[in-house]
Amino acid sequence: MSILVTESTRLVISGLTGREGSFHGLNNKRYGTQVVAGVTPGKAGQDVDGIPVFNTVHAAVEVTGANPSMIFVPPRFAADAIMEAADAGVELVVCITEGIPAQDMLRVYTHLKRTDRTRLIGPNCPGVLSPGKANVGIIPAHFFSEGNVGLVSRSGTLTYQIGNELAQRGFGNSTIVGIGGDPVVGSSFIDIIGLFEQDEQTELVVMCGEIGGDEEERTADYIAANVSKPVVGYIAGFTAPPGKTMGHAGAIVSGSSGTAAAKAEALEAKGVRVGRNPTEVAEVAVEVLGAKV
Amino acid sequence: MDLLEYQGKLLFKKHDVPVPDGRHASSVQEAVEAAEELGFPVVIKAQVQIGGRGKAGGIKLAKDRREAEAHAEAILGMDVRGLTVRELYVEQASDIAEEYYAAIVFDRGAKMPMAMLSRMGGMDVEEIAETDPNAMAKLHVDPLVGFQDFHGRRLAFEAGIAEDVIRPVGSMLSRLYHVFVEEDAMLVEVNPLLVTGSRDVVALDAKVTVDGNALYRHEDTAAFRNPSAEDPQEQMAKERGLTYVKLDGNVGILGNGAGLVMSTLDVVAQAGGRPANFLDAGGGSKADAIVSAVEVILSDPKVTAVLFNIFGGITRCDEVARGLVTAFEQIEVKVPFVVRLDGTNDEEGRRILADANLPNVTVEKTMLAAAAKVVELAE
Repeated sequence: MSILVTESTRLVISGLTGREGSFHGLNNKRYGTQVVAGVTPGKAGQDVDGIPVFNTVHAAVEVTGANPSMIFVPPRFAADAIMEAADAGVELVVCITEGIPAQDMLRVYTHLKRTDRTRLIGPNCPGVLSPGKANVGIIPAHFFSEGNVGLVSRSGTLTYQIGNELAQRGFGNSTIVGIGGDPVVGSSFIDIIGLFEQDEQTELVVMCGEIGGDEEERTADYIAANVSKPVVGYIAGFTAPPGKTMGHAGAIVSGSSGTAAAKAEALEAKGVRVGRNPTEVAEVAVEVLGAKV
Repeated sequence: MDLLEYQGKLLFKKHDVPVPDGRHASSVQEAVEAAEELGFPVVIKAQVQIGGRGKAGGIKLAKDRREAEAHAEAILGMDVRGLTVRELYVEQASDIAEEYYAAIVFDRGAKMPMAMLSRMGGMDVEEIAETDPNAMAKLHVDPLVGFQDFHGRRLAFEAGIAEDVIRPVGSMLSRLYHVFVEEDAMLVEVNPLLVTGSRDVVALDAKVTVDGNALYRHEDTAAFRNPSAEDPQEQMAKERGLTYVKLDGNVGILGNGAGLVMSTLDVVAQAGGRPANFLDAGGGSKADAIVSAVEVILSDPKVTAVLFNIFGGITRCDEVARGLVTAFEQIEVKVPFVVRLDGTNDEEGRRILADANLPNVTVEKTMLAAAAKVVELAE
C-alpha cells in the first residue's frame, strides 16, 4: 500500500481548463492516475483531452464518483474551491495554489476540522505522489520509484533533492507528501507521519522541515510517543536571519521562535536523527535500513 | 508586510479605533505646519518599523513652534538601530493615566487568532512575560464566530485592569479584532493602550503586519511604502518579481524553490562561506528570470562569487543554462560562477554551458561539491 493516493484514486481537478491545471493534470493522467473529471464554472460539456468538464464539483462527484480533488485555481478563488470540494463530499483535497490569504485559510481550516470529513493537503504544496500508482500534483515523478521510504516535506524542490539522493542509493518511496509552506496548511507532519506509521509498505520516514512555527517541535513529541518506525529529519534555514520571510509565507524566524537549531535539537532530543544536509539525510537512511546498492 | 505607525493608525481610524489626532510629515516644514494645525503640545515621532524608538531619542514632546522645529530637524535623518528616519508622525500630546498592552496575533500553532491584554503597557511582550507571567491575559477567538463581548470582559477581568474602563477596553479589543480580520492582518498590536486623565481609551501606538497574499483586496495598504526599510537590492528584486532577501556575506546565491535555496545557504555556511543573499528564481524558471536574477545578485557590490543551485523539476535545466548564457552576453560579469544543474534536462543544460565556454564558470554535479568550490573561489 501507500498513503493518500493509490491505483484506485479517481481524481477531479478544479481549474483543469487553465494553463497550469491542464499541463499538470494531463501529466498526472499520463503517469497513470485516473483523472475522471475537471471543474470550471460555465464550461460543462467541454473536455480536456477526453476528461469531461463540469460546472460544479457536486455534479462531477455525482456523475463520476470522484475522490480526491486537486485545486489548481488562482489564489483569490482557491479557498472557495476547497470549501466546494469538501461540501461535495470529497474526502481528500490537495491544494497546489500558492498565495492564498491566511485569513481565508483560517476559516477553511476551522471549518474542515469541525466537519471532520475532509482531509486537506496544502495549500502551496507540490502534491502527493505514490510512485508506480498515482501522482496528484506537480512532483516530477520520473525521479522516483516504488519503495519503502515515506517522505514528507514543507518544500517542493528540496523534496526532489532529498528524494534524488535517496534514489541514488537505491531507495524508492511508498508515498511523497508535500504539506506546503504556508502558515496555515490542512495537514501537519503529525497527520502524515501517523499515516506512514500505519502503512505496511513504509519502513522509514524522512521528514523535511524548515524555519517558522513550532510544528517540528510538536512532531518530535508525537514521534517519541506514537511512532515505532525510524524517522530521519532534515531542517532547512540554519542561516536565516530573524524577521525575514524566506520565500515561503510560513518560513520566518520571529524573535527566538522558529529557528532551525531549536527544531533540530527538539527532534534529536526525542531520538530522531537529523541530517545536516540532503546528502547526510540519505547517508543516515542507509545506516538505518542497510545499503541497497 | 510591516506597516509604519501612521499607516497602522490610518487603518485604525477607518475602523473607528480611537487614536489621538495626528499628521504625517516628511520634512521639517511639514512637521511644523502639522504641529500648528493640531495645536501644542504635540509629540514628534520617528516613523521606523523597529522597537526602541523612544530610547533612541526618536520620540519627543514639543510645547511650541520652536521646539517642534528643533525636534523634527533632529529626528529626520537620525539612525534608529540601523534604520534611517525619513518620515515623521506629529500627534497631539496625550495625558496619560494608565498604560496597557493589547494585541490580536495569529497563533500558528493553534491556527486561531489570539487576543491578548495586559495592564503592564509600555514594555514589550517578552519583558511583561519576564516581569510577571500572569500579567498577560490571552484568549483564542474562533475565526468562524468572531470576537464576542464576553471575550473582552474575560480578558479585562483576567488582566486586572481598572474597573471603570472594562467596557471601553473590551470595545477597543473588539474593534482591533475587526481591523485584524477586515484588513487581513497577521498582527495588530497596541502598546501602549492608553487610558487618559478623562478616562478615555485610545491607541497611542499601532504595530500592524498585513498579509502580503491579501494585498490584492486592499488597494490602500498595497500602496503603503516604507522608505527607510527597503534595501535597494530588495526593491530591485521586488520590481522584477523575484523573491530576494539580502544577507551580509559575499557568496551570491540563486536556486529554485524556497526550501532548496534555504538549504543551499546552509550548505554554503557549512563549507565555511557567508551567503550574500537568498534568491528563489521560482518553479519553472525561464531564461529572462535568470537574467534578472543575475543582475540583482551582482548589484550587491560585496558579492565575490556566485552559486547557481538548480534541481530541475518543473524548472528545466536547459532553460536555466540558456538564461545564464544570455545573462553573460548582456551583463559584464567579473566574479566567478559555480553552477550545479541536476534533474530535468540536466545533461542538456550542462552541454549548453560547455558549448558556450563561458569565462569563469565552473560546473559541478553535486550540491556539496558546488558549495565547497564557490567558497574557495569567493575568498
